Amino acid sequence: MQILAILIPVSLFLGFVGLVAFVWAMRTRQFEDPQGDASRILTTDYDDKPAQSAPDA
Amino acid sequence: MTYEASDEGRGGLAACPACVAVPAAERLAELRRIEPSRLMLSLPSAYCAACISTVEGALKTHPGVRSARVNLTLKRVSVEAEPDITAADLAHVLEGVGYEAHELDPGMLSMTETDRQGRELLMRLGVAFFSMMNIMLLSVAVWSGAEAATRDMFHWISAMIAIPTVIFCGQPFFKSAWAALRVGRLGMDVPISLALILASSISLYETMHSGEKAYFDAAVMLSFFLLLGRYLDHRSRALARSAAEELAALEVPRAIVLEDGIEHLRPIAQVAKGDLVLVRPGGRMPVDGVVVEGSSEVDRGLLTGESLPVFAGPGLAVSAGEVNLTGPLTLRVSAAGRDSSLHRMADLVAVAESARNKYTTLAERAARFYSPMVHILSFSAFGFWMWKTGGDVRFAINISAAVLIITCPCALGLAVPAVVTAASGKLFRKGVLIKNGTALERLAEVDVVVFDKTGTLTLGTPEPSNLDSIVEQFQSVALALAKASSHPLAMALAGRIHTAPAEVTDLREVPGYGIEGCLNGAKVRLGRAAWVGVESVPETATYLSVVGQTPVAFTFTDTIRPGAEAAIAGLRAQGKAIKLVSGDNEAAVSAFAARVGIADWVAGALPAEKAALVRALADQGHKVLMVGDGLNDTGALAGAHVSISPAQALDAARVASDIVLLGRDLSAIADATRIAKQATKRMVENFEISAAYNVIAVPLALMGAATPLAAALAMSLSSISVSLNALRLK
Repeated sequence: MQILAILIPVSLFLGFVGLVAFVWAMRTRQFEDPQGDASRILTTDYDDKPAQSAPDA
Repeated sequence: MTYEASDEGRGGLAACPACVAVPAAERLAELRRIEPSRLMLSLPSAYCAACISTVEGALKTHPGVRSARVNLTLKRVSVEAEPDITAADLAHVLEGVGYEAHELDPGMLSMTETDRQGRELLMRLGVAFFSMMNIMLLSVAVWSGAEAATRDMFHWISAMIAIPTVIFCGQPFFKSAWAALRVGRLGMDVPISLALILASSISLYETMHSGEKAYFDAAVMLSFFLLLGRYLDHRSRALARSAAEELAALEVPRAIVLEDGIEHLRPIAQVAKGDLVLVRPGGRMPVDGVVVEGSSEVDRGLLTGESLPVFAGPGLAVSAGEVNLTGPLTLRVSAAGRDSSLHRMADLVAVAESARNKYTTLAERAARFYSPMVHILSFSAFGFWMWKTGGDVRFAINISAAVLIITCPCALGLAVPAVVTAASGKLFRKGVLIKNGTALERLAEVDVVVFDKTGTLTLGTPEPSNLDSIVEQFQSVALALAKASSHPLAMALAGRIHTAPAEVTDLREVPGYGIEGCLNGAKVRLGRAAWVGVESVPETATYLSVVGQTPVAFTFTDTIRPGAEAAIAGLRAQGKAIKLVSGDNEAAVSAFAARVGIADWVAGALPAEKAALVRALADQGHKVLMVGDGLNDTGALAGAHVSISPAQALDAARVASDIVLLGRDLSAIADATRIAKQATKRMVENFEISAAYNVIAVPLALMGAATPLAAALAMSLSSISVSLNALRLK
């Protein structure tokens, strides 16, 4: 059972990393155009950067 | 022409009258500061990856455009361009590659761009999801038999995650529950908050006393599913609101004001009574006014439903919303903005709208029944077990918490939003925008559909109808004359005559009357009956006279809007009665009704008569869907059970209607009624599903047999089955 002392913090930490990634994606407005992003992957245009963020109001 | 930026964004400047003189210097400075302008266009017909590359490619190759980015979710493109590029130019470019585009006012859109509330909800949702997953991991261990110290440790870790999560994620519910309690009501959020608070505090108490049952997973799961429902609901509302804003922004209202003979392009808010306003051919009257210079013909279709243009000359009054056809007109403004006849009509609509807001939705009816029920059940469980166990408070509270958690409207909170999201998403892809949250449910109940003619079933653009019976010689003369004018009848003729044009010289357009020219030394005229010198025929027509020969009339019918026939057939197949009500004359309406196959029609209806007809149908117990575009339809649109207008309709009509068609095609109407009907069915099914889960789980909870595992299972299974059911929408 000693392994739990390591595994539980590890799993919590990994979950937390996921949460931080989600918060970061939210903050950088990556959920503004889910449909467009899904379609953009199909275009042959070279598109290496995300949408220029709209000015914060 | 100079373009003056709206002063609204810099409110402080325009505040004092003395400042009016000052900004001249600032404006100069502003002109010098070359800042790329951000333009926003609505793209109703974009739907795929190819659309993105075509639109962005076309815009980027246009000189002056720095960058263009399509947002497919919102069907918009935002463009950064040199200051001298106007949205109209870009719309023209896009039309060239086959996309309808409308200018949007970025100022009005800023609200939806930064949807703070939506992002906050999404953030809480993410946090709840993270906690739910981690607690579930620990709970599974407890359920599968963790004992004593291990169980207590797992409960403590769960508590450490769950309590902050419930405090953070439960806030939207706590706030609205508090607001409801303060005015003495029991909303859905009161039992939700109670369940969240009770579940976490009981579990904390149990954990401290090494108890067996802890509901941390339930509390967090509850907040996750409820937040999901709340978020979906918010999203469809935000979409509806952004749609409304988008529509308000569709027609960026500007007018050309003449000051000392110099033209200024101004926002309509800055046009005052007494100003001189220039309206070019093809433009829409921005204000009410009296013509002081020029003569032309105006199209009153949107205001009255007439398909024949009306003469306008010095001394005659015109109203906002009419379209100027042939010659430039200078108007002396008699009423602008809020005072114009356009706005006064829109105000009438507000009254009818508030009546419609009284409609109770399925969700509201469910909540009204559900909320007291949950409380009664939970309290009676508490009372019963207090009596039964002889005053064991801890046990009784445990039971009543379990009842609250299980009955909590998890699936109920998802039942409607999940369906509305699926349905409005589906309709949005078909170019149908649902502006009003309850419109979908109301649309499902419709049994009579009333159509307007001009501009709704027809495009309002004429099409020659008797070309076959006119000899080729006349056709070629007419073509030569018609080519010189931008009058809609002339343009329709020029587009449809395929012979070579005759050699007509000295072409001259007489605004308001027609075109004249010389053919082999003799005068030829194409235009109004009186000017050409013939008796007019009852239909829409233009007349051609060639000296020495009998004048001929070219008659026209309205072009049917694409998809109109499909929509009528589709609605009829769904068993709905169809009526045509038009303000146009009887001959035109009866001919048109025969063409599209509507037997039940009314011609020459005044705006009040249209509204009265809709009201009469409603009094007979019918649920009326009104489809219209003109100002003369607004009363009927607002009075109907539910209403639809095309995006090309006048502001007032779009404001009055619940649903707007973004594209030109009408066939989506039949889809909309079908999907609405299906959506309502799914909502009812969802209520049944969540009720079924309760019927099984509530007795268990009341008997004290509900374990945290049972609560978690009931909650997640019902929520998932409700969401899956919503996705079955075709």
